[in-house]
Amino acid sequence: MATSVELSTEEGGTYSGPLLDVRNLHVEFRTREGVARAVNGVEYSVDAGETLAVLGESGSGKSVTAQAIMGILDSPPGFVTQGKIIFQGRDLLTLGGEERRKVRGARMAMIFQDALSSLNPVLNVGEQLGEMFTVHRGMSRKEARARAVELMERVRIPAAKERIRSYPHQFSGGMRQRVMIAMAMALEPELIIADEPTTALDVTVQAQVMDLLAELQREYNMGLILITHDLGVVADVADKIAVMYAGRIVETSPVHDIYRAPAHPYTKGLLDSIPRLDQKGQELYAIKGLPPNLLHIPSGCAFHPRCPRARDVCRTDDPPLYRVSQHRASACHFWKETLGDDSVPSDDT
Amino acid sequence: MSDTTLPKDPEDAAATAAEAAVPDAATALVAEAAAAQLADREPILQVRNLVKHFPLTQGIIVKRQIGAVKAVDGVSFDLYAGETLGIVGESGCGKSTVAKLLMNLEQVTAGEVFYKGQDITKLSGRALKAVRRNIQMVFQDPYTSLNPRMTVGDIIGEPFDIHPEVAPKGDRRKRVEELLDVVGLNPEYINRYPHQFSGGQRQRIGIARGLALNPEIIICDEPVSALDVSVQAQVINLMEKLQDEFNLSYIFIAHDLSIVRHISDRVGVMYLGKIAEIGSDAEIYEHPTHPYTQALLSAVPVPDPEAREHRERIILSGDVPSPANPPSGCRFRTRCWKAEDRCALEEPLLAIPTRFANVDTPAKHESACHFAEEKDVVGAA
Repeated sequence: MATSVELSTEEGGTYSGPLLDVRNLHVEFRTREGVARAVNGVEYSVDAGETLAVLGESGSGKSVTAQAIMGILDSPPGFVTQGKIIFQGRDLLTLGGEERRKVRGARMAMIFQDALSSLNPVLNVGEQLGEMFTVHRGMSRKEARARAVELMERVRIPAAKERIRSYPHQFSGGMRQRVMIAMAMALEPELIIADEPTTALDVTVQAQVMDLLAELQREYNMGLILITHDLGVVADVADKIAVMYAGRIVETSPVHDIYRAPAHPYTKGLLDSIPRLDQKGQELYAIKGLPPNLLHIPSGCAFHPRCPRARDVCRTDDPPLYRVSQHRASACHFWKETLGDDSVPSDDT
Repeated sequence: MSDTTLPKDPEDAAATAAEAAVPDAATALVAEAAAAQLADREPILQVRNLVKHFPLTQGIIVKRQIGAVKAVDGVSFDLYAGETLGIVGESGCGKSTVAKLLMNLEQVTAGEVFYKGQDITKLSGRALKAVRRNIQMVFQDPYTSLNPRMTVGDIIGEPFDIHPEVAPKGDRRKRVEELLDVVGLNPEYINRYPHQFSGGQRQRIGIARGLALNPEIIICDEPVSALDVSVQAQVINLMEKLQDEFNLSYIFIAHDLSIVRHISDRVGVMYLGKIAEIGSDAEIYEHPTHPYTQALLSAVPVPDPEAREHRERIILSGDVPSPANPPSGCRFRTRCWKAEDRCALEEPLLAIPTRFANVDTPAKHESACHFAEEKDVVGAA
């Protein structure tokens, strides 16, 4: 399903490689309390037509990475201090503001969690959708309006012609998220980043919206980065998955493998701690402790204070991403033991 | 237990009888079980035909009522001692309004809530206060439900100011420290403020406050929805532990169907202000008979990529209709694939479907559908 892109770059050569390649990305927030290292060497790539799920809890750096890719990081206090974001062969971090702005929206677009606060409340949705065409494509307002209606039909908003004059608050949550998707799709970008697109929606509506997103992705062969904390949503739609913890990727894997046998104790803990719909379990396994404060990330492996496998080496040596198999990697000194272990780890190991 | 007065309730009766007979450990256990059974038959909370309509008004000076949002429209259920009743439903189905009505935080439009035979919707003043001591609430958002200007000790101790009759004599601070310990927080944190705690820890503070008065019933409105996945499990485990320890009854309101199944003994599914289906957790999850329950369950993403291939997904079209103007007849008919003319004319009642009435099957539980039919959608079988 995943194909790498071959297209001519601005410089005239051909580029074949992943659609997006993030390399050793570091982002920090300089705050009054100190420097919060939100992203510490994240690496991932997405091909055209591929869905990468970035899984993590709040504060894991998953959204900050996305903001850095989109170039919408609040700066100050946020700064990209190191790394490369190679999109279609060009390092976005070397581009100037104007060039970057051309990429944003036209080549890559973002869908946010909270559609109500992401849409402009004083413009009707037709104006907001049409703006994409008047600003980026230089269309007349009339043309733009016609395109906006088309878009709304594409994302299956009923009675698009009438609803185009409605304001965001007049839509239901699911419909609003469809408007967000329409806006992201407007210029047919190659990459879409969806940050918790269905978290605020009810399950029945969530299923509709995820289905729509997956369908559009197939149709336009877009790369999709799906940022979420929901292991269920990931299992349903992702091709591969990157698990983040304290600003680092702790495990990457094709989606099937990770559910069958996680290679990092954090992933394993997450999988064990969610109740199942199809069976009544015993007591849930709970990862002890709390996610770390980014101002004071623990030494060595950031997960060691909560890890049932932690040994001395984990307190001192930061584990690199060990290669587990051709498409899998785990940042755990004891990934082999983790892979082989199916029982719930006890706290006294 | 040598007094000769008649015990007031069946639980005492069983315990007294057993202790009088042979006071050894084995029979004590049997007696406990018997007492539990006896207590089971008598619901601790009976909710009958609960209705809450919020008026919609027009006009600034002269307000006229032009309609009503029918948030809760005829809900009945029982809660038994020591059990957890889960209530699930999508946003706007009225589940949180039910919680408020049970606490008498909102005035009911109609209906009754009996707590130990007393209708609490008719109570006010001192009598209401006395009942509320036994029914406590844990809220969804641990960030806004704790006063940021009060220390944790004051927050957890505040219920004792309101109900001085149950306040610990003398050392209140010690009792608060005990409560912190019970919910797994360091008792030394007693002088800290809410902002110094994480979301999970704050929810523990909320639970400690709920426990302070030794209530019998705790109503939990989305208690873990705001928490991270790894912290959710900690709080759920804590709640289960406390239930066993203090013999609490929970009403657990949530939209996450997996969590509700995990913690509940019985589950009620709400749609647009009414209960669509109610039964034991296995009845609802493995043998749902209402189309809405089936659609809801089938839409839940399961964290298992292999299971998804075996699951049938029912994708409902459209959104939930407005509770100000619910569809006639069956409220779910506008999104239901089974709907026929009858559904628009005749409202299905919440009852055991007649076709299952004389059969011994897990499908034999209350379901408000004319065409109730069993369907396994979670692939549990």
